[in-house]
Amino acid sequence: MGPLKTPPPVRRIVVDDQPTIVQPPAGSDGAGQATDGASALLSAPRKREGKRGQVRKRMETAELGVQYAGKPAVKGVDLPVNQGEVLALIGPSGCGKTTLLRSLNRLVDQTPTATRTGTIFLDERDVDLEDVTNLRRQVGMVFQQPNPFPMSVFDNVAYGLRERGSRRPSRAALRPAVEEALDRAGLLEEVKDNLTHPALRLSGGQQQRLCIARSLAVGPEVLLLDEPCSALDPRSTAIIEELVMGLRAEIAIVIVTHNLQQAYRVADKVGFMYLGDLVEYGHADQVFGAPKAKRTREYVSGGFG
Amino acid sequence: MSTPATTDSRAASLRRRLQGSKLPKLPRRNRDVLSEEEMVAWPFIDRLGVALAWFCGLLLIAISASIVIYMLVRGIQYVKLDALGHHPVVQSTTTITGTSGGYLDPIEGTLILTTLGTLIALPIGVATAVWLSEYGRPAWLARAVESGVEIVAGTPTIVLAIFGLLIFSKSAFGFLSFTAEGGAVFGRSFFIAGIMMSLIALPLIVGATREALQSIPAHVREASYSLGKDKISTIRRVLIPASRKGIATGTTLGMGRIAGDTAIVVILLGASLTLEKQGSTPVIGTLKGTGSTLTSYVYNNSPAGEGNAPQKAYAAAFILLVIVILMNFVVDLIARKGSDPWAR
Amino acid sequence: MLGALACVVLALIAGMIFFVFQKAWPSFTHNGFAWFSPWAGGNVDDELVHIFESPGEPSQYVYTMHAWPLIYATVLITFCAVVIATAFALLSSMFIVEFAPEGIRRVLEPVVRLLAAVPSVIYGLIGILVIVPFVGNHLVTSGQKDSVAGVIQLNGFSIGVGILILTVMITPIMIAIVVDALRAVPVGWREGSVSLGVNRWRALWTVSVRAARPAIVAAAVLATARALGEAIMLSMVTGSVGFAPNPLDGLIFFYEPGRPLAATIVDNAEGLSVVPFAQTLYAYAAVLLISAGFLSFTGWYIRRRLRRYTLSPI
Repeated sequence: MGPLKTPPPVRRIVVDDQPTIVQPPAGSDGAGQATDGASALLSAPRKREGKRGQVRKRMETAELGVQYAGKPAVKGVDLPVNQGEVLALIGPSGCGKTTLLRSLNRLVDQTPTATRTGTIFLDERDVDLEDVTNLRRQVGMVFQQPNPFPMSVFDNVAYGLRERGSRRPSRAALRPAVEEALDRAGLLEEVKDNLTHPALRLSGGQQQRLCIARSLAVGPEVLLLDEPCSALDPRSTAIIEELVMGLRAEIAIVIVTHNLQQAYRVADKVGFMYLGDLVEYGHADQVFGAPKAKRTREYVSGGFG
Repeated sequence: MSTPATTDSRAASLRRRLQGSKLPKLPRRNRDVLSEEEMVAWPFIDRLGVALAWFCGLLLIAISASIVIYMLVRGIQYVKLDALGHHPVVQSTTTITGTSGGYLDPIEGTLILTTLGTLIALPIGVATAVWLSEYGRPAWLARAVESGVEIVAGTPTIVLAIFGLLIFSKSAFGFLSFTAEGGAVFGRSFFIAGIMMSLIALPLIVGATREALQSIPAHVREASYSLGKDKISTIRRVLIPASRKGIATGTTLGMGRIAGDTAIVVILLGASLTLEKQGSTPVIGTLKGTGSTLTSYVYNNSPAGEGNAPQKAYAAAFILLVIVILMNFVVDLIARKGSDPWAR
Repeated sequence: MLGALACVVLALIAGMIFFVFQKAWPSFTHNGFAWFSPWAGGNVDDELVHIFESPGEPSQYVYTMHAWPLIYATVLITFCAVVIATAFALLSSMFIVEFAPEGIRRVLEPVVRLLAAVPSVIYGLIGILVIVPFVGNHLVTSGQKDSVAGVIQLNGFSIGVGILILTVMITPIMIAIVVDALRAVPVGWREGSVSLGVNRWRALWTVSVRAARPAIVAAAVLATARALGEAIMLSMVTGSVGFAPNPLDGLIFFYEPGRPLAATIVDNAEGLSVVPFAQTLYAYAAVLLISAGFLSFTGWYIRRRLRRYTLSPI
């Protein structure tokens, strides 16, 4: 997966060897009923066709609630997370989407003032009954600010693999796994000549891809991305978006974004959150093209944000 | 509670599953504290690490509790409140026990010395900090002064003590202590001890003041200059009052260290049990004279010193500990009181 | 004007260094390398007495001093105390930052400040009145006492007690620094490591502690400087013999007395009126000064080396 040169008129997204073509703007107004200004921001109807591999449910939440010192940040959310698709969580600032994301890998537990109600299931098993360390290996997270460790590129990617058991695998044994992870993250070409390069000297986009590679190295089943491109330039953003869409066949992806266009480009399913409630959830076409709730309509057309 | 657009059967199956589970669905308290269940799958060495960390933390508490409790017990046992007001009686070398006086002189000594040392260190320390923070030119001089202060901070007090003796035994400084017949300057007095003590407090005051000054945002200085005030008045009227908290913290820390130091006292205070004045001028005479402080009193009454009266040593140690703890408590109070005035 | 004041401070410090060395110089020149040499032999206490009793004529001053036992005791006590204190402080800091429940943490932080504030003479008092008798009467067996009876007395005044109390004295200083450093590790690294499925101890150790290495070094250097200069407490508990404990004696080694340089100065302070004696003591002080300076430089250098992979611009 190399870097984009220029946005071509037709983008080919290859998933499971089945090309899917997103139609460019065609003048007509797109599938579904016309809605008031719903497509004002969005210039084209999108048709996400083609197989993404099997869509399989990996995680779901049941009446999930999170409170910070008593004040609710997430209220009673039932949300499925499926492999084979990208779930985008959208909503205005403070609506709870990041909190929801961080509860999926139980990272909210690290905040002293946070309490959680409800249940989260990973592959039908209650997440609170299992070892949290294992959960976090299975549910990886990439953060808004790229946070590579102050080590070399190799050590960063190998970190999760090294710190698992009592015996440390040798460097030679780790190398194939590290290179594979870097390859999946689209970074291998750029760093393969010098894996001992200090990670902090990479560019912002490269650092974020390194963080993705680091998370991929431990073999997660779900990958959570918290506004991964908000600190990056458009070119790096495009690279990472393509990356994310490519990964969705093997890994369930949840991406939180405040950028509606990004959600439009990337998502298969969309969850719209407002003040802690999951106001609407459904296929991306439906939420963007024909939103059921008034709030969703307002947000998606840029009425507030 | 809002539900997404899910099919009824899916929601129903969820609820059925929830009802079937035996766990109470109470709000889960934050799991920040590591629990046994969480550690079950960890490698042994990691669990050992956590156990050791716990052990060290609890050991610290145990050690300090024992020190405090032990000193408290001994102190209560031996401190006679009426003795606080009495002067210690000089023991003759033949008798060991006997009714001896109290601790008035050592307490006075500690107070005099702490005050003197702080009074000397405070202006010099603040001035140095101000110079380093607001002027600092030429740069090599600033670095040299910084290194110098650091060297003083790292010098053992015993070295400071004998250096003090070295310098102040020269006849030029005879006015600071007394001169025996034959011209030998005694070189030990409250003045001299106070000067060397100020060197202990100096780095603390300089450090705290510098930090306080550096945390004042630039716009405050700019505002003052734009009102037409020159640098000196800005410093005097704006910056130093704003750094009061930091200066107070550093000063109190310095006072605590001065009160607790023994080496300088033992060498530079002449080791006389009571305050012996030199000359007849009221205050200066005392300061030129010798005496003892609580620290040297404890040292001398322990088996390491001349006397062998552990009871007196315990009593004086208890008083000293109380004073030092009080000072630390004051530092805490100052540090906590008054939120950051620059926070927006 | 302020600059002048700063210069005064500088002058004082420069003067201190100069004068101490000037006074100490004769002692070094008269002994040469034997001052430091481990093979020079001689009994320090006897030598000190001779120096004290040297005749009044400057040309007849006695300077013979083979200070190796003192240097050895100093290095030994300092090294052991700092090593143990570093481990102790690191583990305690990790406990405070990560594993301590809220209630315990709230107790622990004032406790650490308290321990740091206790004057050294009080540590010495408890040492000499409680720990030393305990060691002398209950821990040292009479068999052990007999085995060294010809040379020294094992009565509890020992370097072991000195190391123990010194460790307790320097640990709180280190804890304050290390805790601050651990807390200053960017939250992105902490969250990032935990989100990879690494358990909390491992994450703390491999990321936070690793990032805090410069601070740990700085704390260790500070602690070493403090330990080197500790005169009062050590003079009260390590015994008043300038003896060099022999590690080949086995574990008894820690029960043997010794006396580090700083403590020797305190013990012999009355003799400062005799010129050669004073010069010998200043020689000890000079050694201490050099060590303190050397330590500062080493700490600074190590901290610079460790900055290669961190965020600082150095």
